[in-house]
Amino acid sequence: MSGATEIQNLKSRDPFAEADEDSGQTTQTQEYIHIRIQQRNGRKTLTTVQGIPAKFDHKKILKVIKKEFACNGTIISDTESKGMGEVIQLQGDHRIKIRDFLVDNESGLGLDEKTIKIHGF
Amino acid sequence: MVATPNDDTKDTAMSHTPRTPPLSAALGAFTDASSAPADSAADGAVPAADSNPDGLDLSLMKKKKKKVKKEEDGEAAEGEAAAGGDEAIDLSMKKKKKKKVTKEEDEFAKKLEALKLEGGEGAEAPADENVQDGDMDKGTGIWQHDETRTINYDPLLSRFFALLAQKNPDHASSGTRSYKIPPPQCLREGNKKTIFANLPEICKRMKRADEHVTAYLFAELGTSGSVAGSGQLVIKGRFQQKQIENVLRTYIIEYVTCKTCRSPNTELSKGENRLYFITCNSCGSRRSVQAIKTGFSAQVGKRRKMQQG
Repeated sequence: MSGATEIQNLKSRDPFAEADEDSGQTTQTQEYIHIRIQQRNGRKTLTTVQGIPAKFDHKKILKVIKKEFACNGTIISDTESKGMGEVIQLQGDHRIKIRDFLVDNESGLGLDEKTIKIHGF
Repeated sequence: MVATPNDDTKDTAMSHTPRTPPLSAALGAFTDASSAPADSAADGAVPAADSNPDGLDLSLMKKKKKKVKKEEDGEAAEGEAAAGGDEAIDLSMKKKKKKKVTKEEDEFAKKLEALKLEGGEGAEAPADENVQDGDMDKGTGIWQHDETRTINYDPLLSRFFALLAQKNPDHASSGTRSYKIPPPQCLREGNKKTIFANLPEICKRMKRADEHVTAYLFAELGTSGSVAGSGQLVIKGRFQQKQIENVLRTYIIEYVTCKTCRSPNTELSKGENRLYFITCNSCGSRRSVQAIKTGFSAQVGKRRKMQQG
């Protein structure tokens, strides 16, 4: 029955859950971790990670990431990034990998996936 | 309760003809009756011609029917009419139904019960009852106005959804149809710039200001650009159509669709204090959206050297 499936659709849409998410978004705006990508010349890209909580040691994170992703990178200090906090900048497109790393509980930071936002194409 | 003459003919066609002639003839009579109730003479002629070969069968059935009726109500007149021929049945039933509809209902129910009891002879009728078919637009079968059978859950449910879709076409379309915008057209200008040709068209489709969409695109892609003549957008950097499409998709999710009802029919307006609000035109909900923030973007290329050197 087509009717039955439509009813299931209605059930799966829970307006209150979404509303909760929304309110969560508005309160956690400051805590978002933004992962962005930037094009350089040719096929080259940069990945920037902004907003990793200060309780983590950014230098250590960078060291681990550089080894794991086999790429170079730097930490851009607060003064250099014009008040956007410390930013980890990596060479190459590592958006998905870095997301997995941030979320991973064992070998990563174990952050909540909802606080991570991936930008770019 | 006041059934139109149109309905009555259908009623008779359902209650009588399916039992008597073979299925094909019955179907013919049924369709004829529903399509053209006025010329029942013509419709009567068709089943009669069809059912001539098994005339015996017909007569037997009718006799049984007669008995049933006599047992219950003793409606001799109707029985005789039934014996007279298909044509006569239709006409007489029509007249009677108009006169006393309430009684007819009970009779019909009783007839059905009797048919159930007799089982073998009225094989078609009980089957019909179980199947519960009928055209709900025309009001035939189980959907008749003066129908007393309890309708099963499934047909009722499908009827509900059919009516829902019928009465609110836009509601149904928003649920099933996906929101479509024309695919972005990307051209390459030189080696390092991309032209996004149909931005005005897309913006018009989404009902958003060009500037807002451009700002979002630049923020997400981490580049800059300019607007060329005729509304085309020139983006620095090489981008493929697919990449632009992905960004547009996230834009639609964030700034176009209503989070409550998922309708794309929304408006973006500036609120009191630098906040942007999305107002849904179909459900009326209003929510605030984040302003477009560029975030950190690293200096790439010659500029960096110049800055430092």
